[in-house]
This record gives sequence, structure tokens and C-alpha cells, in this order.
Amino acid sequence: MQQTKGIGVIYLSLVLALVLMVMPMPAMVKLFRPDWALLVLLYWVLALPFRANIGTAFVIGFLVDVLVGTVLGVNALAYSVVAFVMAANHQKIRNFSVLQQSLLIGLLLAFYHLMIFWLSHFLTGVYFLPDYLWPVLTGTLVWPWLFWLLRRVRRQFKVR
Amino acid sequence: MNPIFERGPSLRLRLFIVTLLSLGLMVVDRYTDSSTQLRSYLTTAVSPLIYIASLPQVVLTGASEQFMSHQRLLAENEQLRERLLRQSGTLQRLEFLQQENNKLRELLGSAPVTEGQRLVAEVMAVYSHPFSHQIVLNRGSNDGVTEFQPLIDDLGVLGQVVSVGPTSSRALLITDTTHAMSLRIERTGVSVIAEGLGQWDRIRLVHLPHSIDIQQGDRLVTSGLDGRFPEGYPVARVSRIQRDLSQPFLQVQAEPFAQLDRIRYVLLLWPQQDASNEGGSD
Repeated sequence: MQQTKGIGVIYLSLVLALVLMVMPMPAMVKLFRPDWALLVLLYWVLALPFRANIGTAFVIGFLVDVLVGTVLGVNALAYSVVAFVMAANHQKIRNFSVLQQSLLIGLLLAFYHLMIFWLSHFLTGVYFLPDYLWPVLTGTLVWPWLFWLLRRVRRQFKVR
Repeated sequence: MNPIFERGPSLRLRLFIVTLLSLGLMVVDRYTDSSTQLRSYLTTAVSPLIYIASLPQVVLTGASEQFMSHQRLLAENEQLRERLLRQSGTLQRLEFLQQENNKLRELLGSAPVTEGQRLVAEVMAVYSHPFSHQIVLNRGSNDGVTEFQPLIDDLGVLGQVVSVGPTSSRALLITDTTHAMSLRIERTGVSVIAEGLGQWDRIRLVHLPHSIDIQQGDRLVTSGLDGRFPEGYPVARVSRIQRDLSQPFLQVQAEPFAQLDRIRYVLLLWPQQDASNEGGSD
């Protein structure tokens, strides 16, 4: 059994991502805002699936629900499902190149947005606009840089 | 080998438990009344995060005000003073008209229009999630804010308060998909219902018959029939009318007067007289 180490770094990065998600910005920029919390969470699930997995995803998703104001449980469920896909396949995905990973992350993000829309449509009757899918693109583009940054952080603080 | 399955339940079981939990939360939040209280507690719990997130904006605005030149400040001051003077002039006339109106209403036997207390609040966070248009205000139950209180700014109606914490509260904007309100076409006096669409710049008028008298550019004001918004505040202007006879109703969209995506300060209204003694400053 490995020793738990630097688990605080994981939580700190997740809290930072949550702050980024609610930071006030012009409406034009907001439209393109990547889902920071989900991306950071996915990194930790990929790197340390025994430290951060479905439980963490549920808590973070729930916090996103509270912060963003969607119906409670919508993001919690979507985060958990995406984290499940990542955790179940982490050994395969780790061996992908960064480009392949990005594309996969794009798929996961699209799946996440589809789930969010589907649940919200069912619960509150929202309408679909193609604009809602911009974060999928920006998230895909941001992933390589985020991956690199978080790997630096993980190695720096020797998070295990 | 990774120790992922060494401790605790397997991934699938975890997913199953978490799914049940989430579904339970959704049902509780959407279909029961207790969720408003729950939301208030949660809003209070996460408010430090919102404070941190709004810090850069606060610092930036503070800095830009700091570096504003003395000259420009003086000019702005003069401009504002002039505007105040002009507006207090109009206000005097308005008070006279209000008195006259109340007297006439008394003659007609209907209740006089009461003007409640007001309170200025600052917007701490604006949520841009397409499925939830909400803002967080820096006033809460300590300042006498209550649920379902209407919210306006200098241009028009913004929304209503939906959950209140001790020092902050959360308001639903009129463009949210779950928001609907009763309006009146100012020109004709016809009552209509407006629903949010989840887009910042439009709301939708629902259930309008094809024969209704409505034109592009018609002003829509609150009708007071919904019991939440006081009567007569401007809300939106009719921007698009689509006459498609194959549809059961007329498709009408309106553009809110208020710039909902860039609100900084809002005015909270206490429409009823009985709540006016709890409020803060005027």
C-alpha cells in the first residue's frame, strides 16, 4: 500500500478550479469558459485513480451545482459518470499521446454537456443552442497545457 | 498493480450509489419545497469561494477608479449632480401626481398604490450557465431581504430573490428558463405571460392568440397580477413577432430593457407596506 502524500495539493487545485469557474467575466468570454473543475478532476482521476475517483467527482460536481445554480445533483451525476469512464480506463488512456488524450477529453466533455443538457431539459425544460458546446472545444484545446502544468505540480510536490 | 480496487467498494458499485444519491438530490431540489432553505444554507457555505472569485474584479475596478484623473472625477461629479437635480425635479412632479392618483383611486374605491422601501445591493457573482441565470447579491436576511422580493435597476425589472442567506442572497433573473412573470402591453393594456429562454437578450411571450393586438416596439410593463412584482415597472420591448398560422399561438419575443449580463448594482423592492419596517437604509 502506498503512503498517501500531498493530498492537500489535489484539493487545493480543485478549489482553485472551482474559483475559476465562478469568476465574473464578460458574457462573451464566459461563453467559451472551459469546465475547469471537470478538467482538473479528470487529470487527478487519470494520474491517481485511487486518490481521486467517483466520490471526489460527486463532491466536486455537487459544489459546482451549488455555485453555478443548476438543479442540485445534475452536475454531481454528470461528473461522477465522466470520472467513472476515466477511472475504468485510466491505464489505457495514460498510454495515449497528448493529442489522442485531448481528443478523448473532447469526447468526454461533449458527453458531459449532453448529459447536463438532457437532465436539465428533463427537469426544467431548457432549449438547446449550439453555443452551449463552445466549452467542449476550448476544453479540448486547454487540456495539453493543463496536463503539462498539473504533471509539473504533481512531481514538484510528489503527490502520490 | 494499482491498488484501486483494494479498498472500499468497486467502481461500478460506487457509480451506482452516487447515481442514486444524485437522482435523490434532483427530486428533492426540483419537486419539494424544502430545497429553498437547503439552497440558502449551501449558498452561505460556498460564499467564501464566491468572494475569492470576485476579488480580481473588485481589485481591478478599484485600481481603475484610483487612477482616474482628478479632472475626470470632477467632470463626472458635475454630471451626476446635474442629473440628480433634473431627476429630483421630475420626482417632485411625480409625488404630486401620485397624491392625485391616490385621491382618484380613493374616489373610485380601489386601494391606493403604496410605495415600499428600497435597498441597494451589489452583485457579487453572475452565473452564466445557460441553464441557470442567477446572480448573488451581497445583502441577506440581516438586511431584511426576504424570498420572492423583486429586483430592479435603473432600466427595468431584473428578477426576484429565490434564496436568502444571512449576508448574501441569490436571485433568479427574468431570462432564466424557470422564470415566468405576468406583464401588460403598455399600449393596449392586454395582459401576457413572459417566460425566460436561457438567453441574455430575449424573453418569450407565451399563449398569445393570433388575433392579439401587438406590434414590434411595444413596451411591456409588469402587471402586478402575479403578486410578486409591483405594477408598472418596465420590463422589455417586443422585438420579434412571427405570424405562423400553422402554430397554435403567435410567436413573440421581447428584449429586456435591463442589461442583464452586466449588472453591478440592483435595487431591492419591498412592495408591501407591512415589510417596510424591516428594511435597511433607503
